[in-house]
Amino acid sequence: MAPHTSSHDRLRLVVVGNGMVGQHLLAALVDAGAAPDLDITVLGEEHRPAYDRVALSSLFDGRTAEDLSLVQPGFFEEHGITCRLGDPVTTIDRESRKVHTASGLVFAYDELVLATGSAPFVPPIEGGDAPGCHVYRTIDDLRGIEADAADPAVRTGVVVGGGLLGLEAANALRNLGLDTHVVEFAPRLMPVQLDEAGGAALRRHVEDLGVHVHTGRATTAIESADGRPVRLTFDGHEPLEAQIVVFSAGIRPRDAIAREAGLEVGPRGGVLVDGSLRSSDPTVSAIGECAAVEGRCHGLVAPGYRMARAVAARIAARATNAVAGPDQRFEEADPSTKLKLLGVDVATIGDIHAEPAEGERRHALVWEDPLRGVYQRVDVDDHGRVVAAVLVGDAQPWGELLARFRRAEPVEDPGALLRPPADPASGGGATIERSTPVCSCENVSAGALLDAISEGCGSVADLKGATRAGTGCGGCVPIIEQVVRFSEGAPAGAAPPLCAHFAHTRAELFEIVRVTGLATFTEIIEAHGVPGAAERQGAGCEVCKPTVASILSSLGGGHILDGEQGALQDTNDHFLANLQKDGTYSVVPRIPGGEITAEKLIVIGEVARDFGLYTKITGGQRIDLFGARVEQLPLIWTRLVDAGFESGHAYGKSLRTVKSCVGETWCRYGVADSTSMAILLEERYRGLRSPHKLKLAVSGCARECAEAQSKDVGVIATEKGWNLWVGGNGGMRPRHAELLAEDLDDETLVRYIDRFLMYYVRSADRLRRTASWIDGLDGGIDAVRRVVVDDALGLADQLEEMMASHVASYRCEWRETIEDPDRLARFVTYVNAPDTPDPRVQFVQERGQIRPARADEREQPVTIGGVR
Amino acid sequence: MTATVDAHGWVPVCDADWIRPGRGVCALVEGRAVAVFLVGDELFAIDDVDPCSGASVLSRGLVGTTEIDGSAVVYVASPLRKQRFDLRTGRCLDVAEVSVDVHPVTTVDGTIVVDPGV
Ligand code: SRM
Ligand SMILES: Cc1cc2nc3c(=O)[nH]c(=O)nc-3n(C[C@H](O)[C@H](O)[C@H](O)COP(=O)(O)OP(=O)(O)OC[C@H]3O[C@@H](n4cnc5c(N)ncnc54)[C@H](O)[C@@H]3O)c2cc1C
Ligand code: SF4
Ligand code: FES
Repeated sequence: MAPHTSSHDRLRLVVVGNGMVGQHLLAALVDAGAAPDLDITVLGEEHRPAYDRVALSSLFDGRTAEDLSLVQPGFFEEHGITCRLGDPVTTIDRESRKVHTASGLVFAYDELVLATGSAPFVPPIEGGDAPGCHVYRTIDDLRGIEADAADPAVRTGVVVGGGLLGLEAANALRNLGLDTHVVEFAPRLMPVQLDEAGGAALRRHVEDLGVHVHTGRATTAIESADGRPVRLTFDGHEPLEAQIVVFSAGIRPRDAIAREAGLEVGPRGGVLVDGSLRSSDPTVSAIGECAAVEGRCHGLVAPGYRMARAVAARIAARATNAVAGPDQRFEEADPSTKLKLLGVDVATIGDIHAEPAEGERRHALVWEDPLRGVYQRVDVDDHGRVVAAVLVGDAQPWGELLARFRRAEPVEDPGALLRPPADPASGGGATIERSTPVCSCENVSAGALLDAISEGCGSVADLKGATRAGTGCGGCVPIIEQVVRFSEGAPAGAAPPLCAHFAHTRAELFEIVRVTGLATFTEIIEAHGVPGAAERQGAGCEVCKPTVASILSSLGGGHILDGEQGALQDTNDHFLANLQKDGTYSVVPRIPGGEITAEKLIVIGEVARDFGLYTKITGGQRIDLFGARVEQLPLIWTRLVDAGFESGHAYGKSLRTVKSCVGETWCRYGVADSTSMAILLEERYRGLRSPHKLKLAVSGCARECAEAQSKDVGVIATEKGWNLWVGGNGGMRPRHAELLAEDLDDETLVRYIDRFLMYYVRSADRLRRTASWIDGLDGGIDAVRRVVVDDALGLADQLEEMMASHVASYRCEWRETIEDPDRLARFVTYVNAPDTPDPRVQFVQERGQIRPARADEREQPVTIGGVR
Repeated sequence: MTATVDAHGWVPVCDADWIRPGRGVCALVEGRAVAVFLVGDELFAIDDVDPCSGASVLSRGLVGTTEIDGSAVVYVASPLRKQRFDLRTGRCLDVAEVSVDVHPVTTVDGTIVVDPGV
């Protein structure tokens, strides 16, 4: 037979369903060069061309429907494919080889491929079809959920089903700001893939994220009122209030049109097909989730793609009259998966629940590390061959195990694959990828630093010289330090010794100072510095001096400018203000919780006007005044202190702001007085010197307008009290906070924060925010919880006492400074010409305010020297 | 007001006990900003203008010591971007092509004085 040329005698292919697998079939045909020889029609029920369903949830992370599309614009036109969307196929007429669509169109076929996917299973629960009950399968489903969740009266969401998809849906509800519950009928999460202990380990992770888990309960009814769910009831359990319900109780293959056409179906549904994907009618094939290949359905995309390729090869061969090879067959692969669910590694190999074959036995090897939330189980047979595995919390051994499993090779010591590696530097998470960007100012990667180290650089200073890393904003210096430590073979994340003068970490030094009660830098370096350090001229450096100053201050060391301490402070602390690029300073009065009276606003305005300062609202809900010269600082602060302001410590490694929302006082959704709580916390922790700056926030409800989950300590009101989140930050490496404790009353909340902050101040390394401090603790957030909530180390009293003494000894540094002529006398530009301003400080006007003059706008300064 | 020149042609800065060990002050020396430091019992004077930023700030930096090729180097770290300057030579330890001028400094009758030099 000659190749088909005219359109009517080209092979007519009709594909039902333009989902992931249907589209993969089209792409495979195009790739095989078969499109010109085919007359292809694709009929889809959804209104949009195929999209990446696997990435569906990313719609809630800001990705758009277009981002998810799997179809290049113009794809159908370019390859002469007829595509009709939004018009599902309703009947297959096998006799005349035609399909009919809902709109009444009819398409004839020589080959029909069903790729109709599956539909979420909604258990037959009374009220389960009411408005506000959703499934989680399509873009439209998610848009519906989002629209419902945007209604302020919707606060709580329940996902029915604790499998893979259910947990994904739960995470989505949580990200939408809902208080989220998961209800699972089985006694554990992910019952199909995990065993009991694996389910329990996963549950701990999920609960740590603030999702409530209820296992072993069957939903009996969903009660609605005013067109929205209000309550779920259960067999023998308390009902659950909720305004939104998402069903994720499994999927069912969409085989209705095939059944009606008299095609055979599998034992559990699905179009029954053989290994070459042909149904009981050889002109009809089925691929993807709707197919029951030799009786078995596959609910993942990878096997679907393999089916699509097998059918594409067969049809392409037929269309182009290629010599028909043996039919491409679909090989069933083992059901092994590795995923990250809500940030938790979950991986499986084989079927952990399978019964051993006759005469075989299975032996389970288990490794558990509850502190890290790790559970790993490997089942081996009598010959030591891996037959199944479950890994939760740490999936590092998965690749190795899978390779052994696939090769059916005996493993000599299977347990060794599970235990954490003896050399932590090469262990999971502890390696540093060469491609990791370290310094964004100078565009230097970890690899470039490691190269420089291998060429002889031994310190951060050397690396700055050789690579310029860290010479811009300086924000990456702590990471450079880690790279240096890593190259020396220390585990990434381990604390380096402070500097050349102290072999201790900051935490060790803190304990030394706390226990010995030493009160001056000289005493401390004499007794605890490296040998010889104290004798050197000008002992110490710009690293250890401010660190010691901060420790002394955390331990209640008096005014930070007094005595020897005055010489230790960084310039910001020295002048109690933030140094700007031109040598001037900024002034930030504390505005607790962001709340301010009109009177105080007027004072700030008057001060700014009288001293000609640039004024800006900061990202921390307060007001920054820029462009003050050293000698103006006391005058400015005298006015501010008189009006009742105090230092905002914008210059210190200390508490910055406690951001608040307006809360229940004004806001129609608020459930607690978040503003009062923010002010209480800000006034409690103001002035607390710490390893790095501290930011807190309090939100009045789960809508989270104060962004508490991006703070070192975040407090969010619930109907039952306060939820306490810790370890969040923005900045260079933004990190979401983790839930430490729930539903606390005011007193317990403050107690836990006292403990948390003091534990951090005591044990964190220099320049570590709370997030990286927690990451570095063995056990992470669980370790923090053991100390702060469970008081497992018996430290709680001591931590609370330390905080109490901080609170009692707090005094405003600026008030004390302006009240003391001796301290004030330091605030001059020139000691020998106190009334002369620095002529290098030059401003120009912009938008009605001053800003530093740029080089081309400057007048020749009177001072000479310096730049040559 | 400009600072006066004393009998020896040196410019007085401040009383010797005004400077805290390990810290600096800034003085106006014939129109030029000079940073003066007391480290141990030794005085140092260098230009105050940080050549890396153009701002007059070096007197507000922290003083430290480090070892280079086996000998101790006393330096001040600029408070802006932390580049370090050798107090004895004015050489920048972090950026090879940069340095500041050093000035003779001493104490006369309990007053710190700087030689305006060139
Ligand atoms: C003024 C302000 C920007 C503004 O115009 O809004 C600001 C200005 C500075 N920030 Fe910031 N940050 C300001 C809000 C923020 C925020 C937003 C927030 O707090 O909600 C962030 C991200 C949140 C966070 O910290 O987790 C932020 C992340 C940083 C970082 C990166 C921290 C990190 O962990 O990666 C630095 C660098 C550092 O601290 O080492 C930084 C450092 C600085 C310094 C102190 C840099 C310096 O040493 O000169 C800036 C000088 C402030 C000054 O002169 O007064 N600033 N900075 C904001 C002052 C808030 C306040 O009222 O105190
Ligand atoms: C939230 C979510 C997360 C997932 N995560 C993963 C994952 O991590 N890994 C993984 O492997 N898999 C995952 N899956 C499963 C994966 O998306 C499916 O296996 C895959 O989409 C199956 O492709 P398919 O083409 O068979 O079905 P679908 O992609 O569902 O496509 C079928 C299409 O056919 C249409 N259709 C149905 N009936 C008709 C009709 N009569 N006429 C016309 N059109 C019809 C449907 O509307 C649909 O558009 C996930 C699924 C979801 C929902
Ligand atoms: S977080 Fe605060 S402002 Fe936002 S909705 Fe809740 S109470 Fe209102
Ligand atoms: S100096 Fe490295 S990121 Fe800015």
